Amino acid sequence: MADAILEVFRGNQETGSAKQYTVPIAPGMVVLDALHYIQGHLEPDLAVRWNCKAGKCGSCSAEVNGRPRLTCKTRMDSLPTDKPITVYPMKSFPVIKDLVTDVSWNYRVNKKIPPFTPKPNTDWKMYQEDMDRVQEFRKCIECFLCQNVCHVVRDHHMKEQFGGPRFFVRVASLEMHPLDNVSRVKLLKNELGIGYCNITKCCTEVCPEEIHITDNAIIPLKERVVDEYYDPILKLVRKIRSAFKSD
Amino acid sequence: MTNPAKYETHEHDVLIIGAGGAGLRAAIEALAAGAHVAVVSKSLLGKAHTVMAEGGIAAAMANVDKADSWRTHFRDTMRGGKMMNNWRMAQLHAQESPDRVRELEQWGALFDRTSDGDILQRAFGGHTFKRLCHVGDRTGLEMIRTLQDRGVQMGFDVFMECTVICLLTDGNRVVGAFGYWREQGRFVVLKAKSVVIATGGIGKAWPITSNSWECTGDGMALAYEAGADLLDMEFVQFHPTGMVWPPGVQGLLVTEAVRGEGGILRNKNGERFMEKYDPKRMELSTRDLVARSIYTEVKEGRGTEHGGAYLDISHKPAEYVKKKLPSMYHQFKELADVDITKGPMEVGPTCHYMMGGIRVEAETAASSLPGLFAAGEAAAGLHGANRLGGNSLSDLVVFGRRAGQAAAAFAAKASPSTINNAQIAEAERAMLAPFDRGEGENPYSVHRDLQKVMQNLVGIFRTADDLSNALGELEKLKQRAARVRVEGSRLFNPGWHLSRDLQCMLTVSEAVARSAQARKESRGAHSRIDYPKLDDQLWGKQHNVITREGDSMKLTQVPVDPVPDGLKELVAEEK
Repeated sequence: MADAILEVFRGNQETGSAKQYTVPIAPGMVVLDALHYIQGHLEPDLAVRWNCKAGKCGSCSAEVNGRPRLTCKTRMDSLPTDKPITVYPMKSFPVIKDLVTDVSWNYRVNKKIPPFTPKPNTDWKMYQEDMDRVQEFRKCIECFLCQNVCHVVRDHHMKEQFGGPRFFVRVASLEMHPLDNVSRVKLLKNELGIGYCNITKCCTEVCPEEIHITDNAIIPLKERVVDEYYDPILKLVRKIRSAFKSD
Repeated sequence: MTNPAKYETHEHDVLIIGAGGAGLRAAIEALAAGAHVAVVSKSLLGKAHTVMAEGGIAAAMANVDKADSWRTHFRDTMRGGKMMNNWRMAQLHAQESPDRVRELEQWGALFDRTSDGDILQRAFGGHTFKRLCHVGDRTGLEMIRTLQDRGVQMGFDVFMECTVICLLTDGNRVVGAFGYWREQGRFVVLKAKSVVIATGGIGKAWPITSNSWECTGDGMALAYEAGADLLDMEFVQFHPTGMVWPPGVQGLLVTEAVRGEGGILRNKNGERFMEKYDPKRMELSTRDLVARSIYTEVKEGRGTEHGGAYLDISHKPAEYVKKKLPSMYHQFKELADVDITKGPMEVGPTCHYMMGGIRVEAETAASSLPGLFAAGEAAAGLHGANRLGGNSLSDLVVFGRRAGQAAAAFAAKASPSTINNAQIAEAERAMLAPFDRGEGENPYSVHRDLQKVMQNLVGIFRTADDLSNALGELEKLKQRAARVRVEGSRLFNPGWHLSRDLQCMLTVSEAVARSAQARKESRGAHSRIDYPKLDDQLWGKQHNVITREGDSMKLTQVPVDPVPDGLKELVAEEK
């Protein structure tokens, strides 16, 4: 059977370099299989995060031939074999070791988001047509590939001022929940810095769950921020409308 | 001598080991009771094996089939488990799961809906009515995200990527745990007034499995080492439908929801073979029976090209399939080049779930050791000899909640305890020993050989000879595992991590083989070629219990608690 050459980053936060490994290819093999082969037969201390190996847990993110991917869903036969396949850790997060990065920033951002808060005396009826758009956001597996490719994080290192696409998706899932009753618009504008996003759609392109992050989550949320902060007439109209509704 | 001050130390009321559905639900309940709670997780938060659960959560909500009730759910569970279930657990589970589902919804989970705006329910194997509340085929993800966010907002401490290597005991009382950070390899002492084990299953002892790397039986092994009882360890569920091709995805789960939504099983001759094995329930028979049927078809030469059966849903409209089974659609398309809306999938049995585990009390999830509780797959009792699909997610929330409640109550009344420094020193020594060996085997090769033994000798069909060979092989593997060598540093070193997980897998594997050898009958997931029938007179009335006696494993039997009058009528076979 044919062999593939993998060039894998080995190292830690201070130092590191790529190292080449020869791996036999099996039919249908994915990059994570090749990494497991290296662990199991060549270098048992190669650090890789993974769990389900089925595209459901979002643990095995890395940059394969320069493209951010889930290694469990990247088929070896989809990659050119005439040169080594490069596997590097996600660039936007500090390296711990080899392909494992420190993603704790994401968990800190998540903590800032007020949880689902139902309306008082909620009647728990919801209709599928009202939920379809929210269920799209709930597909997120937190692989953090969208966070990794976002320019605001990757090139401008603005982690402290910015929430990132993953958490815009999460806020969208709460804001558009048919029975949620709190506003996270101020949070979006201030702590999560949604204004820094200039909708280049890099996040949407890498999403393994094919969530339309920019079109369905970020742009509607940006509109809510604009309505709330920059459009006094709309604001007035909304107030009048809601006053009528509550009667 | 060990100086306890040299270790990073944390102190909590309740320590929860495992951050899947059961652990998170336990943590939420303990927090609600006012306890100071820590959750320890081998992975990052939100990645536990619960995310893999696909088909749904079973609860007799009667939203779709109005005739459903907890009584029918109880009956289905008991009969699916071949009456080996703890009847009280089965009763509590059936009664409480609808409330646990509603609670998830109130915490933000979004289940698929009926046209009336209620939670939609689908059919599943062994369930009389449409009972599984679901979100397409990603129900587990919805559940874990909901629980995770709830717990984070309520304020538990989370220790991510931290592995527990022993339970600390004061006398026989469990008073905390000792572990290491996977990232840096530093040790950590976790003192607690009570401990809940919610570490899930043991599937990684088999090569063809739907389970992730985490499922190495840690919780069961930790409890066993500390002196707790393990119950019904012979009952290992092989899910009938795992992927069989290509090799890299062998074992990967194909949700039962495919059959729930109308999927049909055929052999290579195009015969719908379930007509032979269970004409009444067909594809929606119980998992033990469907798994054995596929296995038998393949063994008798009617298997597919890659040694499986065909599972076909392509007679349903393509849009419907994509809507109800989106991850199956993508999984086959991306990993196997198969479009399931156009043609059949190839499937075969895969090691999926452990019905056995830590022996617990039904009401409190208390183990046989004071201060130690267990819930979810790590605990035994609810599912008996075979679990019905959908009963696992409901198990997590029903008994996770009960474990959290009881652990918080225990902690509130707990007297002061002492940490045994000698125990910590010994655990540290054993953990570091593989670095000190000048030579020795790679832990990965021992793991591969363990998997071969379990697959070949302790699989779906078992015999006395195979099981006794397995025990011989396991003895040799234990010797080899005790001599493995680890290269590199303590910084995020998977080989080193595996050297420890291997010990847990060997312990539970031995417990499975010993229990399987003792049970001379076929019941549920335990099938003996040499004893193909149910033996209700003897084995229908007793459980196997494994305990530690010094360095060896002791096997005893305890009677099955008979179903009391009032419930007995519910489970009686109809004439």
